[in-house]
Amino acid sequence: MPATTMPKAQSDQSHARVFDLAEHSLRELNQALHKLTPGSNETAWEVLHPRGSHSVAVGVDQPVSIDVRGSVGYYCAGMNDGATITVHGSAGPGVGENMMSGQIIIKGDASQYAGATGKGGLLVIEGNASSRCGISMKGIDIVVHGNIGHMSAFMAQSGNLVVLGDAGDALGDSIYEARLFVRGKVESLGADCIAKEMRPEHIALLQGLLDKAGVTGVKASEFKRYGSARTLYNFNIDNADAY
Amino acid sequence: MTYKNPPTTPRKSATFDDYTLSEIRRAAQTGIYDIRGAGAKRKLPHFDDLLFLGASISRYPLEGYRERCDTSVVLGSRHAKKPIELKIPITIAGMSFGSLSGPAKEALGRGATLSGTSTTTGDGGMTEEERGHSKQLVYQYLPSRYGMNPRDLRRADAIEVVVGQGAKPGGGGMLLGQKISDRVAEMRTLPKGIDQRSASRHPDWTGPDDLEIKILELREITDWEKPIYVKVGGARPYYDTALAVKAGADVVVVDGMQGGTAATQEVFIENVGQPTLACIRPAVQALQDLGMHRKVQLIVSGGIRNGADVAKALALGVDAVSIGTAALVALGDNDPRWEAEYNALGTTAGAYDDWHEGRDPAGITTQDPELMKRVDPIAAGRRLANYLKVMTLEAQTIARACGKNSLHNLEPEDLVALTIEAAAMAGVPLAGTNWIPGKNGF
Repeated sequence: MPATTMPKAQSDQSHARVFDLAEHSLRELNQALHKLTPGSNETAWEVLHPRGSHSVAVGVDQPVSIDVRGSVGYYCAGMNDGATITVHGSAGPGVGENMMSGQIIIKGDASQYAGATGKGGLLVIEGNASSRCGISMKGIDIVVHGNIGHMSAFMAQSGNLVVLGDAGDALGDSIYEARLFVRGKVESLGADCIAKEMRPEHIALLQGLLDKAGVTGVKASEFKRYGSARTLYNFNIDNADAY
Repeated sequence: MTYKNPPTTPRKSATFDDYTLSEIRRAAQTGIYDIRGAGAKRKLPHFDDLLFLGASISRYPLEGYRERCDTSVVLGSRHAKKPIELKIPITIAGMSFGSLSGPAKEALGRGATLSGTSTTTGDGGMTEEERGHSKQLVYQYLPSRYGMNPRDLRRADAIEVVVGQGAKPGGGGMLLGQKISDRVAEMRTLPKGIDQRSASRHPDWTGPDDLEIKILELREITDWEKPIYVKVGGARPYYDTALAVKAGADVVVVDGMQGGTAATQEVFIENVGQPTLACIRPAVQALQDLGMHRKVQLIVSGGIRNGADVAKALALGVDAVSIGTAALVALGDNDPRWEAEYNALGTTAGAYDDWHEGRDPAGITTQDPELMKRVDPIAAGRRLANYLKVMTLEAQTIARACGKNSLHNLEPEDLVALTIEAAAMAGVPLAGTNWIPGKNGF
């Protein structure tokens, strides 16, 4: 990317440690992030010229903030454990996969499997997310401002998936105990996924997630809740048609 | 005088044999397919169909117990900063906490460590029992990602990306509700008592190009320290090995259909995948065609029982073997001492394979606190170490007889086959001939 069109660093990042992937390797970046110890002064990082690189800022386990200026490839912020990672662009497949804790914010769109198998933390996608968003999620919270694609929350075990827009086909197929909140329309529900009543505790939970994700002008009461009918939890031959 | 037709002996059908008839009746009664543990039980071409030639005028032997015969092997030297160094080329295969009890996992770690080899986690994540008692622990990266976390990735000695296993290439796992104790449920983030379906494919990658990127991620997370294995079931060993190498694997693990599972449909175990013997030469050929034989190590598993099997696998070009079922037997699985209890379960010692039901009299494939007390991890670990020692000595005995000062110097030319099938699969001559079926146009 020519220097003239490069996004400018935000003012609050003026003291950030700048790491330019046009000059240094991905391995150097990740190793520098892994060397951080609790209490390190280097709490703000800025990554320039990611240019679609895979595995940017993976396995970070300290509560630092990392601003990635541009779009990234696969598995950005994979297994994040405590960092706040913001991608000022779009993200390829598997962003935030298996996140343990912390926060990931995608300013653009996210490709397939966003937040796959995530155990904790918050993933915010300000654009749309593609298919299989939140697949096999295990405790992560995901908030998508736009729409999500088909087979999202497949075999989702726990955590919350919030969608301000629409959801594609087979939402929540074979879902376990995860909660799904969708504001727009759902193309179709997957096996064993049903619409559920929005009780006050769900409204409160959802409002908290919307606040945490910085969503304004949207009320929790505008969403519908979906979850498991729990009919497939123990194998029964009479349910074979559902598989 | 009336003529009476002589009676014929009642004849049962070879096609509809007693087992088949019992299975039809069972299916009709229950309406569900048969689920069981272990690997293929049908008779298959196997290492028993191969023989070593030993020394003769053209090859001189090494002195047993006196002349050195090296057994060590290094795994993961291609890319990893910290490859695994094993004293013996026999490792312990991945078996999950959940399918196995905590004491059984601990015993596997103890036995492997005493023997200078590695053990492997399974679908349930890493437990303290096995990490604490395993000097070298391979951490499986499975489609379910139960219990997966970066801390355990970093405290593993190697990472094994599991694409498939020999008992069920293309199949996911199954842990039925009765084995989901509080601890198992917590590790897997699922409610207690429900049937757990482990996914059959990874949630965030499909195909060899994605796998390459996934391996890159795992290397970046672990700072390129850990060897990365890729494990496949014995489906398409030539292409799977080649694609794993292309994706960047340090080690390829090929598991034949005799390899065990904790629980899968009987029809799957017996009808999908290839025998271990049929997988080895294609996998070795793929490595040789890529110029990566001995640079990327090959581990083969599925039905390895003794030192002869180890030696034969190594002679065919394998770097190490892995054992699962045999290791469980060494710990005490299917021991006749529990015969009365096996009988009460409608089976007999040696045939017990309902590992998924969690009622294992031997206390190995169970989460029942009372049953699992039957496994003393120290004593069972010792038995495993003894068994591994015997296998190693047996393999060395054969290697010395073939004039080899390292198990890894064994070669296909040391072997002949007893059957045409085995000769074709192993690519060695039929005994008494120079005929290798499929070679030279015949």
